[in-house]
Amino acid sequence: MSRYRVSVHIVPRTGVLDPQGHAVADALHSLGFAQVRDVRVGRHVVVDADAESPEAAGTAVRAMCERLLANPVIEDFEIASIARP
Amino acid sequence: MRFGIVTFPGSNSDIDAYQTVVEGIGEDAVMLWHKGHDLAGADVLILPGGFAYGDYLRAGAIARFSPIMREVGAFADRGGRVLAICNGFQIACEAGLLPGALVRNAGLTFLGRSVRVRVENTGTAFTNAYAPGQVLRLPVAHGDGRFVADAAVIDELEGEGRVVMRYVDAAGEVTAEGNPNGSMHNIAGIISAAGNVLGLMPHPERAADALLGAPDGLRMFESLVARVTA
Repeated sequence: MSRYRVSVHIVPRTGVLDPQGHAVADALHSLGFAQVRDVRVGRHVVVDADAESPEAAGTAVRAMCERLLANPVIEDFEIASIARP
Repeated sequence: MRFGIVTFPGSNSDIDAYQTVVEGIGEDAVMLWHKGHDLAGADVLILPGGFAYGDYLRAGAIARFSPIMREVGAFADRGGRVLAICNGFQIACEAGLLPGALVRNAGLTFLGRSVRVRVENTGTAFTNAYAPGQVLRLPVAHGDGRFVADAAVIDELEGEGRVVMRYVDAAGEVTAEGNPNGSMHNIAGIISAAGNVLGLMPHPERAADALLGAPDGLRMFESLVARVTA
């Protein structure tokens, strides 16, 4: 068993109105960042977990996302990185 | 008839619910701590408003794993009536007792004010004391009250008459103006397929005393008494 640090991005699903993202996009436009097309605001969760391998750590965190960390009705998640802490 | 009111850490409308039951309609009520496993013989359960677990992660996401939620789920599976108000509605959606989810208000601000809702289905155990199409004044107090679901779920809810309450404007019409939080189809409250779990964002228990204005919420409790004791 080794310890792994798994980072997950959780963002509002495409098609679900994200008023926070819109507000941030508007603010970026008003700052002059005219190239901004879309912003979505989500969460970044970092889990330190013991596992046999990086793959096993990723599988476990994926299960955690499906059961608790993300709500599939409104959110998508992706594992951003798996590393040794 | 006995109402069981679940108190989670962060519930704040549990006492309002208790007083509405005991003083408003003169029925029995018992407070149920979220760590318990005993529903104390309750005939109807209330998941009250508040901010259980500080709304950490998502509103209702942690509360659904409270010990008592296993009994609440089994009670609902047996056909027991569950009234899920505001944070209770969020918890019921997270627990899978109701479809969809409640997310940040479209206007991004917390809303604490009176709204108009129209009763869309008076055939339920929760709404049989209302007149069809009756417009109620009820308070809302939420930051995450925008009901969303995928198109198939919305079609199912609409097709089966399970949208029980809708936000309306001053003329009683379903308009964007009358929608305080951007909920899809102006949905304020829905009921489960089996008709025994009702979730709504407005607070009927805070509109149950004539001293505080129109007691439009009281009829919801009277509806339950009429149906359960029938």
